[in-house]
Formats: sequence, C-alpha cells, structure tokens
Amino acid sequence: MARLLDALRLQIGLTGTKEGCGEGECGACSVLLNGELVNSCLTPLAHADGTDIVTIEGVASDEQLHVVQQAFIQCGGAQCGICTPGMVLAAMSLLARTPQPTEADIRAGLAGNLCRCTGYMRIFESVLEACRHLPPKL
Amino acid sequence: MSSIDDALSGREVVWGTDNLFKSYTVARGDVEAAFAGAPIVVEGEYETGSQEQLYIEPNGMLAIADLQNGVTVWGSMQCPYYVHRALAGLFNLPAEKIRVVQMETGGGFGGKEEYPSIIAGHAALLAWKSGRPVKIVYSRAEDMVATTKRHPSRTKHRTAVTRDGRLLAMDVDFVIDGGAYCTLSPVVLSRGTIHAAGPYRCDHVRIRGRAVATNVPPHGAFRGFGAPQSIFALERHMDRVAAAVGLGPDEFRRRNFVHAGDTLAVGQVIREPVSMNTLLDRALALAGYHDKRRRFVEENGTRAIKKGIGFSTFMHGAGFTGSGEDHLASVVAVEATREGVVRVLAASTEIGQGTNTIFSQIAAEALGIDPDDVEVVQPDTSEVPNSGPTVVHHALVDAGVLPSVHSRAEFRAACRRYVDSYGTLRATSRYQPPPGVRWDDQTYQGDAYGTYAWAAYVAEVSVDTTTYEIRVDDFVAVQEVGKVINPTLAMGQIEGGVAQGVGWALYEDVVWREGRMANAQMTNYIMPTSMDLPEIRVHFEEVPYPYGPAGAKGIGELPMDGPAPAIFNAVEHATGISATRLPLTPERLMELMCASPAV
Ligand code: FES
Ligand code: FES
Repeated sequence: MARLLDALRLQIGLTGTKEGCGEGECGACSVLLNGELVNSCLTPLAHADGTDIVTIEGVASDEQLHVVQQAFIQCGGAQCGICTPGMVLAAMSLLARTPQPTEADIRAGLAGNLCRCTGYMRIFESVLEACRHLPPKL
Repeated sequence: MSSIDDALSGREVVWGTDNLFKSYTVARGDVEAAFAGAPIVVEGEYETGSQEQLYIEPNGMLAIADLQNGVTVWGSMQCPYYVHRALAGLFNLPAEKIRVVQMETGGGFGGKEEYPSIIAGHAALLAWKSGRPVKIVYSRAEDMVATTKRHPSRTKHRTAVTRDGRLLAMDVDFVIDGGAYCTLSPVVLSRGTIHAAGPYRCDHVRIRGRAVATNVPPHGAFRGFGAPQSIFALERHMDRVAAAVGLGPDEFRRRNFVHAGDTLAVGQVIREPVSMNTLLDRALALAGYHDKRRRFVEENGTRAIKKGIGFSTFMHGAGFTGSGEDHLASVVAVEATREGVVRVLAASTEIGQGTNTIFSQIAAEALGIDPDDVEVVQPDTSEVPNSGPTVVHHALVDAGVLPSVHSRAEFRAACRRYVDSYGTLRATSRYQPPPGVRWDDQTYQGDAYGTYAWAAYVAEVSVDTTTYEIRVDDFVAVQEVGKVINPTLAMGQIEGGVAQGVGWALYEDVVWREGRMANAQMTNYIMPTSMDLPEIRVHFEEVPYPYGPAGAKGIGELPMDGPAPAIFNAVEHATGISATRLPLTPERLMELMCASPAV
C-alpha cells in the first residue's frame, strides 16, 4: 500500500511530516486531511486523492509563524522537535473544534500524539497560550 | 542466559572467567563490626526492568565513503566523536579522513550515544563497497529490538540502624545486566554504584557493584546512567527501614541526611552548603504531604480506589564520574566573525535539551551581546572544537578595540577591526575541574563528582483495587541544581524526566523472549501519553555553583532518579503492598495484592 506519508516525504520532499512508528501510535506523521487530523502513515495514498491536505509546511504564512507555533516556541512546547509538527497540527485541529479548551480537552485532544521529551506540561501551556492569541472566531 | 541470576550462577560462562564486565567496591569504615552490634537490621531486595529510550525519531544514518575522500556520515546521534572514533578504527583511516556531522536529532536520552557508531559503520561499509551513498533508517521495530536500553538491575540492601533511627551500616550489592557485549556498562555501573548510598550520612558502608554479561542485546546509556536503578532500591528501602524503627519516612531521613562537612560513602567531603531538610520541607509542604498522609489512611477504608502519598530524597552527581571529565577534557571554541557574529563550536550536541539556547545565552551574557548574535555551529568533526566566551572578550579588550561595557554596534565594529588587523579571532577553553578535586579509580574513593544536585520528589497516587491500575494524581519535584540559566528549559527538562520516570515505574515493560524483545512496538510497549501524567509541579532552590558554567550544575539526568521510588512508596501508603520490582504494571500489582493476606 502506498502511504500518504511516503508520498509527502519522498515524492514531494515535504519532510516536515515525521515517521515515528508507522503504525498509528505516535502521531508524528499527523496531517490535516480535509481539516481532520489523520495519521498519514495509516492513510492509503488512494484515500488522499482529491482531498485538501495541510502539513506543517503549510501552517506558517510567509515569514509569519502561526499563533500555535509561536506559542510552542515561547512556552517551551518543543524540545527535540520531532513530535512538534504533529503536535502543532493536533493543537490546531483541537482549537478549530474547541476554541476555548479546558485542560481535560487539551489532554484528550493531544492523546494521539506522543512526546518523549517534554512530559507534555509545556505543550499544554503552549496550547493555552495560543488560545489567548487566537482571534475569537477561527 | 537472560537474567542476572543466570549470569551470577556461573553455570555457563559467556564473558571472561566469571561473566563480569566490571566490578567496583566502595568501602568505608568497618561494616561487619557495625552489623555485629546493631540493634536493628533491615534487609531488602529490589529489581528494575529494562527501559527503551523511545526517542520518537528512530536511528538513521547517511554515508558516503571512498578511498580518495574518506568517509563522511550524517545522522541522528548524541556523540559525534564516538562515531568518529569508531569509523576511524573500522576503516583504519587517519582521523582527518573521517567526517561526522550530527543532524537535528529527534531525541536521544542516552540511546544515541553508542548505537549510532554501529549504524554509521554499516552505512559507511556499504557505501564503500557500492561506491554509492547509503542511507539506513531504522523502522521502529528494528530500533527497539536492536538498540541499547536501560540496564535491568537487582539490588540487595542490608542496613543496620539504631533504635532511634540512625544509620549504623549499609551493605549494598548492586548488579546490572550488561547484555551480550560490553558497552558503556562500566560507566553506568560506576554512577549507579556511587549513588547507591544516597544523600545519607553513614560511617560504615560497603557497596559492591557488578555489571554482568548475559545473552540479551547489550544494554547501554539511558538518562541517569545507573543512578535511577540504585536510587530506586535505596529509596524504597529507606521507607522500609523507617517503618522498622517506627519513624515516619520523613523523620527517619531527616536524622540521616548529609550536611556540609559530612563525608559520603565514597569518601567525598561535601564542601558546599546543602540542605536536604529545606528541600524536603518545601516539597512536603507543596504536596500537602502530612495532611494527606493522615487523611488518606482514614478515608481509604473499604473504598475501591485507594489513595496514597510517598516521596524520595536523592542526589545526582553533576558532570562525569571521577576522572571521566579529565579524560574527556571537554574543549569548547568560540570564534568571532568579522561581521560580529559569535560562533560557538562544541562537540556537545543539541538533542532537545536546549544546549544551543544555553550556549547562546552563556556566550551572549559573557560578551555583553544579544543571544541572536551567537550562532552555535552544528557539530561537525571537521570543524575542530577548539573556548570560553570570556576569552574572546579578553582578547578584544586587551587588543584595545572594545570597552568592557559596549553596545551591539561597538561589538561588531571591534570584531571587524580585530579580524582585519590580526586575523581569525578564536579562543578555546578546556574543562577545568574544581580546585582540590581528587579521585582514585583504584580504591573508588575521592571526589566522585565536582558537585551534586539535590532533590526531594513527592508523588500522590490512586490505586484502583478492581482494575489494579495506578494513576499518579499529583507530582511535586523540588531540586537544587545550582543556578537555573533558563527557567523554561530547566522546567521542561525536569518535567520530561519525571514523565520518563513515571513510565519506567508503571508502564514500560520490555518483555524478553529467548533473548529478544517481544514487544518491539509502540502498540504494546507503553509510554505515558498526555492522558497519563499528573500536573508536574517543578520548583528550584537556587544556589549558584562557582565551578559550573554560569553557576549551573547540570539538570537533565536528575529527574529520572526520583519518580519511581516516590510512586512505589505512595503505592505502599495506599495499599500496604510493599512492591519491590519495577515496572508495577496492573498484572504485577494484582499478583501482589492477591497474594497478600492484608488486602
Ligand atoms: S508514524 Fe504515524 S502514527 Fe507514528
Ligand atoms: S519534543 Fe521531543 S518528542 Fe516531543
């Protein structure tokens, strides 16, 4: 099965999407597919046909980082950075659904994205920080 | 042979004459005599399992190699010079023919200290043979079965105490399973051995440390380097000794903490101020320990979910053990470009712990410039790391081109003038151990570390007596780590380490089957997710350390030491079950609880 992940990384050269496990556990390969957060390692390329895909490369506009990215930098939400592309997309997807999340919402919203470095605390803070800077309606 | 017992039994010999990669003995006072007259002796045996680093980025390496150009590799690694040495040996080429470049590395935790040399070797040999560039990227399963993990351990404690709870003698037997080949096991064993007696004062101590050979894949470096293993045993044991003398775990420890001027088991006199009591007070107060200690017992009764609170107190040696740092003779170079950009060249790698930010911050502060004007050069063995930022400053001031207080523009102008008149502005500095430090590798006595970080961690747990699941509900981590250079990074380091400690204590179970890891998948090797961790409350007591970089002591390994024993102590408080083997999975807890008449 051709995977969306390989098409992104190998064919298009968009290496911001990472592979941590290849089996849907770690979320490092997360992308937004028609606005939904999916694991691109589990997404057959055929399923992606005709869809709208956002990878981490599509998050910042020109020189301007996305509010969520800015918050991750400011709050120490990224250490080694390997989980960060997926984490940022997961956070964006969460905030699109729940613009004012509680801590429980954040925990649940990021549960599919593993981070081995941070212990998550600073990631939760990053998401809360991003909320403070997002326009009221997304 | 897949266990420590197999190796020690000597039924089969797979290494040397006795299956021992390395052994150390720390001896202080007269242990036997002290036991002979002791009113109370408490014994215990503790075990820890292996642990996979589980950096989210698997190992990977790209190589080109040919006779004319030599060997170049790019990859995920912690120690470019280890890889460099390995390749120089493998290809029998002069050092300058080997170039190793560390790329952005997606986590390491010790797991990318040793193994990258092997993959680099494989990739480089294939490249040499094929005449083509070769890239090897491990799948998760390959990474988990093949690479080094935390050493499993077994520790036996025998402790003599007075009736009023003062330590008379400690006899510790600490064994780690090195696996099939000798990796950094001696170094891991060394740190584990030295930390085995903890931050306590005791005149008669014997610690025997051994690293054994078995047939499982070699174990290696993992955050904490053996200290988490021996500290788990000690801090579990200290709670049991406290119970045996009828003291609270906190009061018992208070009677035995080291203070400035006291001597550790390795014969090291603590020269700096240290207040374990202060750290413990603060941690217990923040956690609401005393109230909860009482209240949980009253409330637990017949409830299905039982609450408990426990803690650990510990220290962690900063830097390398004994003469290690001398041998490594860390060198750092700082170079100022004509444009006024300061480049820091060091072999220390960024793997997520914030090295680059910290280097920039230290250099910028020393030079009175903006951290944005500092660039940390990607570790590349072809750019020789060769100084302390202050040396550059002195060079500029001495050359008369820079006032000691200056603006960004003046700094830039000074660099330009210096480079134009004198050429390259580069300075190197070598690690200098604090004055008066001595260490004897033969007797294992002396100043094991330049200094120590000190800590008290408190864990609050809920134990579900129906499902046997344990949840950590609250975690307080109080530590003294010298000066905190960058609070956000420092807290992140502690939180991340605590998370790994929680995983090690409760979830992470490497299952061995015929010498192979049977659960080499993230699906069934379980690490903490965002749902599994409590709020981790981190507090620092700052006591600047005069011989550390900018007053700091080192922070990354410390948080791995405390969580597991604190959690186990809390589980005992909740359930009365004195668990001694880690990880404490629901299956294990069920066995223990079903076997216990008390519950
Ligand atoms: S790589 Fe897709 S979930 Fe891990
Ligand atoms: S920052 Fe390293 S895995 Fe999340």
